[in-house]
Amino acid sequence: MASSEGQQHPLTIYFWIWGLLFVVSGFSYMVDYLQLQGALRWTLIIVFMFVKAGFIVGIFMHMTWERMALKAAILLPPIAILIFIALMSIEADYTFLTRIEFFGESDFVVEPVHH
Amino acid sequence: MSEAAMTSTGEVLPNGLKGVVEDFSADKQAFHVPWGKAMMWIFLLSDTFIFSCFLISYMTVRISATDPWPIPSEVFALSFGGDPIPLVLIAIMTFILITSSGTMALAVNMGYRKNRKLTFWLMIATALLGASFVGMQAFEWTKLIVDEGVRPWGNPMGAAQFGSSFFMITGFHGLHVSAGVIYLLVVAFRVKNGFYERRGGNYEIVEIVGLYWHFVDLVWVFIFAFFYLW
Repeated sequence: MASSEGQQHPLTIYFWIWGLLFVVSGFSYMVDYLQLQGALRWTLIIVFMFVKAGFIVGIFMHMTWERMALKAAILLPPIAILIFIALMSIEADYTFLTRIEFFGESDFVVEPVHH
Repeated sequence: MSEAAMTSTGEVLPNGLKGVVEDFSADKQAFHVPWGKAMMWIFLLSDTFIFSCFLISYMTVRISATDPWPIPSEVFALSFGGDPIPLVLIAIMTFILITSSGTMALAVNMGYRKNRKLTFWLMIATALLGASFVGMQAFEWTKLIVDEGVRPWGNPMGAAQFGSSFFMITGFHGLHVSAGVIYLLVVAFRVKNGFYERRGGNYEIVEIVGLYWHFVDLVWVFIFAFFYLW
């Protein structure tokens, strides 16, 4: 399908994706509402996030129907972000350990809030 | 998908990897989409990197903070007379933004069907939902600054970096939503007054605005996951 004619798709697909986005957003809210913790919480947050992102980019932004050259030009560069995340989390861990080493554990006390 | 695709000018193009090579090879148009759409995609790619920088710096300060990080579920809880409901305003804002994405997707579709009246009203609905999102954000900021005492340099709940991360990330996103509302209104009124009719009746501009608007929703998906839920 050449996209130079414009993106023209049946309305039902938009209503379906719209509904699914609501349902998946409801799921991600439930993760917090039910106070799920630990690995289960983080896994569910990431999964629901990527499902929603996929629906938005793939269907609402019509990326599914674009040619491979445009898909590659837009979707491949963000992979570099993963490397950035890895580098900065290593750096942040190092900073945290250095702070503990030199300044000791936190002695944070909650201040009273004045209204 | 078939082996080859045909453009509006009748040019036959191969698909798949062979298509990538063909599309990128010398001295010709690489992306077979209107230039405005290609440019919007490239702008959004650059914006992706900007928001990534914000979220990655947030990750960095949160990992390296030795004071406890304030619990977003409690900080952003709201009480309607009874027990506070965790993250309730943020959940409402999320649903508002998704609703606006839906009306925007329909507006793009109606634009290509050259239904100017429906396109206009769907874009106005999208802009109003966007404006209400910004309004709720203003309420949230006021509550945090005035009632909770959150400042960019500290707060009474825990790690000092919470405030600066919050104001930078949600502030920059709110700025994008506000700009989107203005962009939507400009294009909506041009659709209504026949501006694009006089330029050959081409409504791909509605899809370009749509790309921007869906991107704003997309960024919120990541902010919601990493800042509010994590």
